[in-house]
Amino acid sequence: MLSTALPALGDAFGLILQPLVLAYLALGVCMGLAIGVLPGLGGIAGLSLLLPFMYGMEPVLGLALMVGMVAVVPTSDTFASVLMGIPGSSASQATVLDGFPMAKKGRAARALSAAFASSLFGGLVGALFLTMFILGARPIVLLFRTPELLMITVFGLSMVGILAGRVAIKGIVAACLGLLVGTIGEGASSGALRMSTYDMPYLTDGLKLVIVGLGIFAVPEIVSLLRQDRSISDRALLGGGWADGVRDWWKNKWLSVRCSLIGVVVGVIPGLGGSVVDWIAYGHTVQSAEDKSEFGKGDVRGVIGPESSNNAKEGGGLVPTLLFGIPGSGSMAIFISAVALLGSGQIEIGPSMLKVNLDFTYAIVWLLALANVIGTLICIAASGGIAKLTSIRFALLAPLLFMVISFAAFQSGQDLMDLFALFAFGLLGIMMRRFDWSRPAFLIGFVLSDPAETYANQATQIANSRFRKGFGEGIEYIFSPIVIVLIAVTAISIVIGLRQAKNIAPEGHVESGSRKAPLVFLLAILGYIVAAYLNASLIPDYSSADRVFPKFVASVGIVGGLVLFAQMLLKPETHPLFADRETRESGDRAYGFWSTLAWFAGLLALTSVVGFILALAAFLMCFISIRAGKSIIFSAGYTAAGIAFICILASLLNRDFPPGLIQSYFTLPWPLG
Amino acid sequence: MSFFNSARRIATGCAAAAAAASFATNVAAGGHGIDLEGKTVEWIIPFSETGGSAKWANFYAPLLSEALPGNPTIVVKFMPGAGSTKGANFFQEQEYEDGTLIFGSSGSTQFPYLLGDPRVKYEYADWNVVLASGTGGVAYLPPDLAGRVADGGVSAIADEDFIYGSQGATRLDLVPLLAWEMLGLNVDPVFGIKGRGDGRLMFERGEANIDYQTSSSYLGGVLPLVEAGTAVPWFSFGALDGNGNIVRDPTFPEMPTFKEVCDATDGCETSGDQWEAWKAFFIAGFPAQKMVFLPRGAPAEAVDAYAEAFETVKARADFADISAKRLGKYLQLTGGEAQVALASATQVPESAKDFVVNWLSDRYGVVLN
Repeated sequence: MLSTALPALGDAFGLILQPLVLAYLALGVCMGLAIGVLPGLGGIAGLSLLLPFMYGMEPVLGLALMVGMVAVVPTSDTFASVLMGIPGSSASQATVLDGFPMAKKGRAARALSAAFASSLFGGLVGALFLTMFILGARPIVLLFRTPELLMITVFGLSMVGILAGRVAIKGIVAACLGLLVGTIGEGASSGALRMSTYDMPYLTDGLKLVIVGLGIFAVPEIVSLLRQDRSISDRALLGGGWADGVRDWWKNKWLSVRCSLIGVVVGVIPGLGGSVVDWIAYGHTVQSAEDKSEFGKGDVRGVIGPESSNNAKEGGGLVPTLLFGIPGSGSMAIFISAVALLGSGQIEIGPSMLKVNLDFTYAIVWLLALANVIGTLICIAASGGIAKLTSIRFALLAPLLFMVISFAAFQSGQDLMDLFALFAFGLLGIMMRRFDWSRPAFLIGFVLSDPAETYANQATQIANSRFRKGFGEGIEYIFSPIVIVLIAVTAISIVIGLRQAKNIAPEGHVESGSRKAPLVFLLAILGYIVAAYLNASLIPDYSSADRVFPKFVASVGIVGGLVLFAQMLLKPETHPLFADRETRESGDRAYGFWSTLAWFAGLLALTSVVGFILALAAFLMCFISIRAGKSIIFSAGYTAAGIAFICILASLLNRDFPPGLIQSYFTLPWPLG
Repeated sequence: MSFFNSARRIATGCAAAAAAASFATNVAAGGHGIDLEGKTVEWIIPFSETGGSAKWANFYAPLLSEALPGNPTIVVKFMPGAGSTKGANFFQEQEYEDGTLIFGSSGSTQFPYLLGDPRVKYEYADWNVVLASGTGGVAYLPPDLAGRVADGGVSAIADEDFIYGSQGATRLDLVPLLAWEMLGLNVDPVFGIKGRGDGRLMFERGEANIDYQTSSSYLGGVLPLVEAGTAVPWFSFGALDGNGNIVRDPTFPEMPTFKEVCDATDGCETSGDQWEAWKAFFIAGFPAQKMVFLPRGAPAEAVDAYAEAFETVKARADFADISAKRLGKYLQLTGGEAQVALASATQVPESAKDFVVNWLSDRYGVVLN
């Protein structure tokens, strides 16, 4: 094996180490960083932008451009996660938990450079692992059959334990709610509808992660910061941050190694994608830490863990893509079809790749590593400057953030409903944050809902067929050595998680308040879960595969909800059950909740009437002049800059804006129409 | 309607369309074309960036741009949703303006239309077809089962418990699922996979023991397995000749067609309602799988300009080479031939539709109201 690998590796370096190739790689990296910085936009948007230029391009140059772009998206999306508390993409949701509190304490630069150092390290571990592993990976990947995939999903779900918050049952109910929201739409097995109807086609496709993620995490943070009317950082920025961050990473290098390996392994397994890897890494970080008291309040280890894993995942994700031709993620799918456009189409991603194009395979792997190096250096260099954003008055940032997340949300389904869904999940996120329901638990449930249901159904069906052939064959199929190991790991993870969860507040400490508001919120959640249960019960027997999972999850949620309800009736008002942020933080708030939310609602309502660009112009103008209290001239300049930015972005990505009512009557020129 | 009738209908259509095509060419030669210089053509694909249709459109877009009058920029716009009916419904609402809007449909757009899906608000007859791209499919087995078939025919595996990874009974998978049933195989479809690649992976992991892939995926993904001895091709679905007969697939001339296998199997009939239904949906799903349309109201010169552009693409010296790799060796039909393909893909006999609708509801409980 070594005799084929070494010459190919040498050829690969010969291909890469040319000035022009490196220049293209750097160009790709810069584009990837620029796209990744914008919350909600990631590798898919970036690659779509490059696709038209790939036709007939010199293969190694095209690869450099594309790999450069894909590799650094999980690096630069850290900016939004740390600085704004907005998950830049699904890869850096967990980074928010500790990165954002650090930014609030004026340590943004330190958090960023620790994150980037971890990203770089993770990226290099991923590449190294691939180089050694790729020739022998095929049989190992094939060992992960449906029961193994199901167990990995269950292991991911077990992270809910450690992230459940002070009241464990609340976390479990939140996860059930997330799982149920994930089942909305057509069932994967026989197309039965759950909590949706063909009269509202939007829901039949299910909800998109971009919208749920932005709604649950971004909207509540933006609204909360706006109400306080100050900058993100509540104190002066600490100088010299970036070197400290790198030192922090070095101190935790073994944590970084472990999380990188988690990233590679989860990335390698086709079908799971990377949406959950950062949560597994975060859960592992917390479980393995000695002193857990600072997690959720700005512990740098909570940044290092997930960031080490999410770049390593990109390397791992190349395995199913290159070896099996099965894309590990949406961006990898575009990558496959873009590679076919290169040159005369001589590179075909898939099983033949290792035989015919081993040099290109290694070139891709090491372009990935190199892109990580370039991207990290640029990001670390920029982090001190960009961290200054946290000292700007937030009222000047918020309108632009609303603009970008609305645009990003609309790209997921190109439907006005996308904006309403964003608002609805924003409201849910605000309420969950207020009453201290674990938002990470909800999101983990949402992300893993589809794999959990699909793999459970498939494994049952295949196991039944095996049992028909013989009892031994069935048992052998279900309880393979890998499954047994995973069961043990999951059990340990749940025990450790539940025992320690009450000491860990992933979203900071929340005071308890009155009895009424938390009770009403609980009843609202319980109401939805009961509705989901009844709705699932209506699914007829011939589609029973689409009924079992939502019914089961809803049953767990109902039991948990009833237990909480009983506890609420019995416990005193000071119990953590009655956590309510409105009692504590109300002192340092300059603005009311509803009036702040109304600005966002106003943007969406106006969009549905006059279309996005006109609504945005009015929104930016009014917000800056009225809410932020700036002069008309300043507001006009701000508005013009904002509109110009979003128009350039949309035209580059070749995207449209949400149309409103008047656009259905009049034909207006782009970007108005 | 019997098989012979439908074959004759297709043959007649062929002749008529050929006449229309030659007429159209004359008109275009007269110089009444459209000019798209400096314009941007939007090509709507009702699927996400990641599917087979995206691959197909990305292959054609740069070639088409070079061949259209005025060399417009062509951007592929993805509009996924509701199993491609969202994008198709959107296209139905569009009226021809200046030739800068085209639509790419696929088997997954044709099937809901044929089956009377309530979400379908589009009508193929309103649109103007300018290209029809075909593909084929290959069924394959693990070596031990293939050996039993080689020795004792299909009846040798009649008692085997088959697992087949499927995307859903109303999708293109309808064609192989019906084929397994006609052969008398006892197949348990495992639904919920995200693409045919996942089905192949399930086969490679030894969980599924029967599978099919479309031609290009077979060439890229299964052929290495065949060479390694872990998979054996069984039959191709076949291809259509000019008279609407199923013949051997030009990409896989050494493989028998499903029709040949069916003929050789007791209890599998190549006539009657079941066969007609299979054939009709096979045609709608494979030989005329992907089509390019101009919206309703498109004038003849626009349709001709696009048809000619696709002709030019097909006439490129390197087309056979690059398309064989990316799309398989299949007919890329334009002009009158595309009309015939459209007709055969969307005008399915009522009896065939009824048969499939009943079969879906009896066998899988799928009710399309």
